[in-house]
Amino acid sequence: MGAYLARRLSLMVVTLIGMSILIFVLLRLVPGNVADILVDATGNDDPKEKAQIVHELGLDRPIAEQYWQWIDGLAHGDLGYAYVSERPAIEEIGPRIPISAKLAGLAIFFAILFGVPLGVMSAVRQNTRLDYILRVVSLSGLSFPSFWLGLLVLMAAAQWFGTVPIYDTDAHGFIAQVKMLILPAITVGFRSSALIMRLTRSSMLEVLRQDYVRTARSKGATNASVNYNHALRNALLPVVTVIGIEAAFLVGGLIVTETVFNIPGVARFLVEAIRWRDYPIVQNLTMLIAFIVVTMNFLVDMAYMVLDPRIKYG
Amino acid sequence: MGFQRVLLAAGVAGLMAAASPAFAQKQGGTLRITHRENPPSASIHEESTISVVQPFMAVFNNLVVFDPKEKANSPDHIVPDLAESWSWNGDKTKLTFKLRQGVKWHDGKPFTAKDVKCTFDAVAGLDDKSDLLRKSPRKIWYQNLKEISTNGDNEVTFTLGRPQSSFLSMLASGYAPIYSCHVSGREMRTKPIGTGPFKVTEFRRNEGIKLVRNPDYWKKGRPYLDAIEWKIVPNRATRMLGFESDEFDMTFDSDVTFPLLKDVKARRPDAVCEARPTNVNSNILVNRDSPPFNNPDVRRALVDAIDNHAFSQILSQGHDLDGAAMLPPPYGKWGMPKEMLASLPGHAADIEKSRAEGRKIMEKLGYTADKPLRIKVATRNIEIYRDPAVILIDQLKQVHIAAELEPIDSSVWYNKIAKKDYQIGMNLTGVSVDDPDVNFYENFFSKSERNYTGYNNPEVDKLINQQSAEVDMDKRKKLVWEIEKKLADDVARPVIGHNVANTCWSPKLKGVNLQVNSIYNGWRFEDYWLDK
Repeated sequence: MGAYLARRLSLMVVTLIGMSILIFVLLRLVPGNVADILVDATGNDDPKEKAQIVHELGLDRPIAEQYWQWIDGLAHGDLGYAYVSERPAIEEIGPRIPISAKLAGLAIFFAILFGVPLGVMSAVRQNTRLDYILRVVSLSGLSFPSFWLGLLVLMAAAQWFGTVPIYDTDAHGFIAQVKMLILPAITVGFRSSALIMRLTRSSMLEVLRQDYVRTARSKGATNASVNYNHALRNALLPVVTVIGIEAAFLVGGLIVTETVFNIPGVARFLVEAIRWRDYPIVQNLTMLIAFIVVTMNFLVDMAYMVLDPRIKYG
Repeated sequence: MGFQRVLLAAGVAGLMAAASPAFAQKQGGTLRITHRENPPSASIHEESTISVVQPFMAVFNNLVVFDPKEKANSPDHIVPDLAESWSWNGDKTKLTFKLRQGVKWHDGKPFTAKDVKCTFDAVAGLDDKSDLLRKSPRKIWYQNLKEISTNGDNEVTFTLGRPQSSFLSMLASGYAPIYSCHVSGREMRTKPIGTGPFKVTEFRRNEGIKLVRNPDYWKKGRPYLDAIEWKIVPNRATRMLGFESDEFDMTFDSDVTFPLLKDVKARRPDAVCEARPTNVNSNILVNRDSPPFNNPDVRRALVDAIDNHAFSQILSQGHDLDGAAMLPPPYGKWGMPKEMLASLPGHAADIEKSRAEGRKIMEKLGYTADKPLRIKVATRNIEIYRDPAVILIDQLKQVHIAAELEPIDSSVWYNKIAKKDYQIGMNLTGVSVDDPDVNFYENFFSKSERNYTGYNNPEVDKLINQQSAEVDMDKRKKLVWEIEKKLADDVARPVIGHNVANTCWSPKLKGVNLQVNSIYNGWRFEDYWLDK
């Protein structure tokens, strides 16, 4: 087990180094740099001004030197300076992480809260009216574009409650935070919940047809015990994989939702930074996302062991 | 006797109330406004967008300013700001300002003539060593400025190369604030220090801008508001819903299009909405250096196809104004009269006749409906650019031109245009001061860095300089119209229309005066107050 862990961790480090090179190079292959954009945005095309900004930001130094400076800084906790806001990148990124993390956490919480039980219900009542309704709901969850759903939710809030949840950074306290994040979290989580519901249903249907489930029933176990103790535990493995992947890839959904609900999180900030070619912000945020994906994959693999005692790593 | 006393007391009270508007206005409150995007920085001198001027003009003062109480910016309505008075020398080449004394920067340091000098030395590029600005998009405005000299702390003189009647108007614009020269350029871009009615307490990307009342503001009794909070909401639908549900007191300037206005009025019937020209015009960039538009005949056919009226109907329900480069009257001071405008290519009253002529030109060149000229219409990949581009593509079919839309990412748009990597482009041009110098020097003068189409006509350059030096307004206007005619004949940058849009605010917000010939001026907010 120890050897496996060491192998997995070193593989994670290698993956992250590879990612860092890819991110760094790809970013510089995109046409235009921050100097072009800063100057062009004023409708000016002054090469002298551009050259001065390029020099000021050190973008005229060899690319290997720039890469090394970034990695060296990263190793020492220095994320560099944001080009556009001219503040330390850590000050720009730091406060936004908890905002997106809370939103993502709440979204995944809703997704699991609704997705797993409804998936089980849909499976155990296969081909009933409830199953059909739940299948339509889950299909719509997968089909609705996030921006459309977000706007619909906002319009409904404006119509019914006379207010829209505009994010306020000064709002403190659990209740205030939940009030602000609940609608966006449901909007983001709806798609994940639909996916989880469908996967739980199909996984449960497969498990419910297994011999050991029939044996449990013949031994007189109650429906609840069969469904939840015997079937669900074994049906959960693929569901956990999907939850892990969904949690890692939630950033895509967050970009749209953070824009529609005006939440100043990292996802919207990343898009904005890409638009301005704000390399320090884009590099560090993309690395953070890469780190989350790699870590989630690792945690999902570890979770298999807990859920299924037959799985052993060594 | 008693009655006389009562009358006298009532008279005095009435006079006081009339003399001091503070009797009616209420002090306090926070004004909440939506902002459409992240301002690139807080440094007005370094940017060219309303996204910077509107929130940050309130942090600064100018030497002089367009009277905020007037509806139109005009040289006749310029009032003192940090300058108490000004005077020209005999040949109108030296402009001397006597400065207000006792004015302090937000950090408590005194404002002096040196600040004025160092600001405009940096803006005009007269001081190579200055690190106050890293870009100066309006350097061309001050190409005639030769020297700035100070006489003690309270007098400053601008020396011009030749008379220039627009010079004072340019100093009165929202784009001409005085910077504090003891503060670094970086600080001015991130958390600027000014002498204005509001101080910056926070400027956070993707979140907002917070300004608080400057208690030491030199204009006693101002501002009325305690604070202004700008919330950055990039999604327009969210901004509108926020305003409609009273989360905001005011929309971003000109943010409410005519189709949206209907929704706003339906959901918030008490909203006060005002439509006005923005002095932003939609125009076509023509690459006259490469085929097919290096051929004057093809350029002429292009403008013959344009139906300005149809553009206006589709884009703004008929509210956009037809005009040449300068904003048309009655809002604009320099625009051509209607009958003169109708004689210009691209503004014909009889569009069918004009299109028939365009088709004839194209047929002579060998193009027909079955064998059209195939081109691309480049434009920024933003709704307000794409919409008119799509209409243009449709109209070009009328003269046997089959065009395809080429949406370009904003970040590379100007670069692409400057490299002449386009055939024609749909563009928007904002004019910050309704004066020909600002518009012509920026967009059509051969040596301007902002003339990114590279239009170069020595005759037009000469006329631009000539009108600029002309002090007789009637003579200047005739020169301006002559330039307009040449630009139109040359198909330099055909104007599709001058945009008109709405700004809305809560009925509780008072003191709002939107100016009709520029969206870039009049954002000091010192006269705004909340009746809450």
